Amino acid sequence: MTLALPWRRWGRTAPTKTRQRYPAVVVLAMLFIVFLFCIFCFADVLAPYDYRAQSLRHRLAPPIFLGGTGTHFLGTDELGRDVLSRLIYAIRFSILVALGGTAIGALVGTMLGFLAAHFRGLVEEIIMMLADVQASLPFMLIALALIAAFGGSFLLFIFIMGFYGWEIFARLTRGVVISAQGQGYATAMTALGATPWTIYTRHILPNIMSVLIVQFTLNFPQVILLETSLSFLGLGIRPPLTSLGQMLGAGRAYLTTAWWIAVLPGTVIFLTTMSISILGDWIRDRLDPTLRGSSS
Amino acid sequence: MNKGMLTTKLVRGLLTIWLIVSFTFIALNLSGDPIEALVGDQASPAVIAHYREKFGLDRPLWEQYLSYLGNIVQGDFGLSLSDQKPAVDLIAAALPYTLRLGLTAFIFGLILGIVLGIVAALNRNSWIDRFVMSFAVLGFSLPNFFLGILLILLFALRWRVLPSAGADTAWHLVLPVITLGTHFAGIFARFTRSAMLEVLNKQYMVASRAKGAPRLRRILWHALPNAAIPIVTVVGLKLGDLVAGSIIVETVFAWPGIGRLLVGAVTSRDFAVVQAILIMVAVTMVLANFAVDFIYTLIDPRMRAVPQEGRRP
Repeated sequence: MTLALPWRRWGRTAPTKTRQRYPAVVVLAMLFIVFLFCIFCFADVLAPYDYRAQSLRHRLAPPIFLGGTGTHFLGTDELGRDVLSRLIYAIRFSILVALGGTAIGALVGTMLGFLAAHFRGLVEEIIMMLADVQASLPFMLIALALIAAFGGSFLLFIFIMGFYGWEIFARLTRGVVISAQGQGYATAMTALGATPWTIYTRHILPNIMSVLIVQFTLNFPQVILLETSLSFLGLGIRPPLTSLGQMLGAGRAYLTTAWWIAVLPGTVIFLTTMSISILGDWIRDRLDPTLRGSSS
Repeated sequence: MNKGMLTTKLVRGLLTIWLIVSFTFIALNLSGDPIEALVGDQASPAVIAHYREKFGLDRPLWEQYLSYLGNIVQGDFGLSLSDQKPAVDLIAAALPYTLRLGLTAFIFGLILGIVLGIVAALNRNSWIDRFVMSFAVLGFSLPNFFLGILLILLFALRWRVLPSAGADTAWHLVLPVITLGTHFAGIFARFTRSAMLEVLNKQYMVASRAKGAPRLRRILWHALPNAAIPIVTVVGLKLGDLVAGSIIVETVFAWPGIGRLLVGAVTSRDFAVVQAILIMVAVTMVLANFAVDFIYTLIDPRMRAVPQEGRRP
């Protein structure tokens, strides 16, 4: 998904490069993302235990690399729940929430962008003003205010995740649609008697899809960070559900006795955001010929 | 910046603040009955009516809205539900801590980032460059809550050299500042590096070298000011990150600032405090944008004459 755009370009630019085509870090980052998506898809098969199953006799057992037994590969937490199983399901929940949130934001933002570009005038002014307001505040603060006002339900949390980043999609779509409206193919279709709806969905949308997909991959790690931050504060995903941030926040209290409960999910979050930013950088460098000279 | 631009920006800023204030009012009214939250659902109707009158909730909505606007203009954000103190007083008590942590971290990140960026640009494509840029990627990929926990684990729990919670001495500042500042150092290092690479090959750099200006002077006096415009842009854009980062870092290190106050208020659904912080941050962000625009005109004389539309990337 992250790599949807640049395939065509590689074929053209690669022969002129004397360097390796895929730097080692980029390969590693790609592998890690693929690995995460495998866990996301096959969590039920991979998890050795139920992630909610408690066993007070086996609590705070160390992972195998700290002298633990093989029954709990990554140890157990304060309620005797298997950390490996929790980690697998936390990855699933975090990716699920981030995918859902980014998709909602992309959908709503794109639609509002189309509306703004189609109607212009007052509609455009209002939509763009709302976009400005949202962009003027750190989103974390908006999210916290919404949680303070409406409480911490799971549905509201998904809504908040979807609220993130709509303004970027709206601005992007509006700009691209307005410039596309003036282009030959749109005028030609209008002359042929096509309705605006047909032109937007059948002709303009496919043309701006690549821009939207790139923006989607840029928003995705941001939403993961937002989810993990809020869950870490105890205001996002709450027990009995789990997420990477929720595990990390809950494990904080056991740093002295069982640091792995917090450090393992933290490492997964870190590797995820780093992999995505390495891939993002690499794709941007590939796509932008002006950067090719200056970046190593 | 000419006068017309300034007025437009001012009007837009005020409009933004007014919209945010109105949204908090709407959210407050949609969020359910605050009196019930205060006295519980077992209270007698007389008690509820008394509190309704006390907080002015028995009046028509538009009247409530106008008095709400009036109060906020006068700096009255209402009483904190949990301990009945004015929300403004709670914020005033926490603000110095947040400023101390936030400004120190921001300056630390800015200086470290700019120095690293210059070093990387001057040693372009060498192992130094690669090392610095790896650090930069590491710096902004590490989520601050995780970095904070790692630092606590190593420095406070394992080696016991630095305190992990509180704000009593200057030593308490070290770990939170590193946690918050590393993110900015990473970002600024990258932007400084690419901005410096842009200007290092310019003719005036060759000219200053031909004049025999010493290397350090060439870098600090000739290259850096010209590379400063994209850096200032990033500084302006990243102020929001500083606010968001403070919320997390203050919670991790039990730092008694606005961020921790906010998280506590959200947890106990104390909306008076939350809205006061929200509006305060909104005003700060609008002012900060003004400041950034002003700094542009200070560092780049070209900005003074030319209308700014389309200048900021």
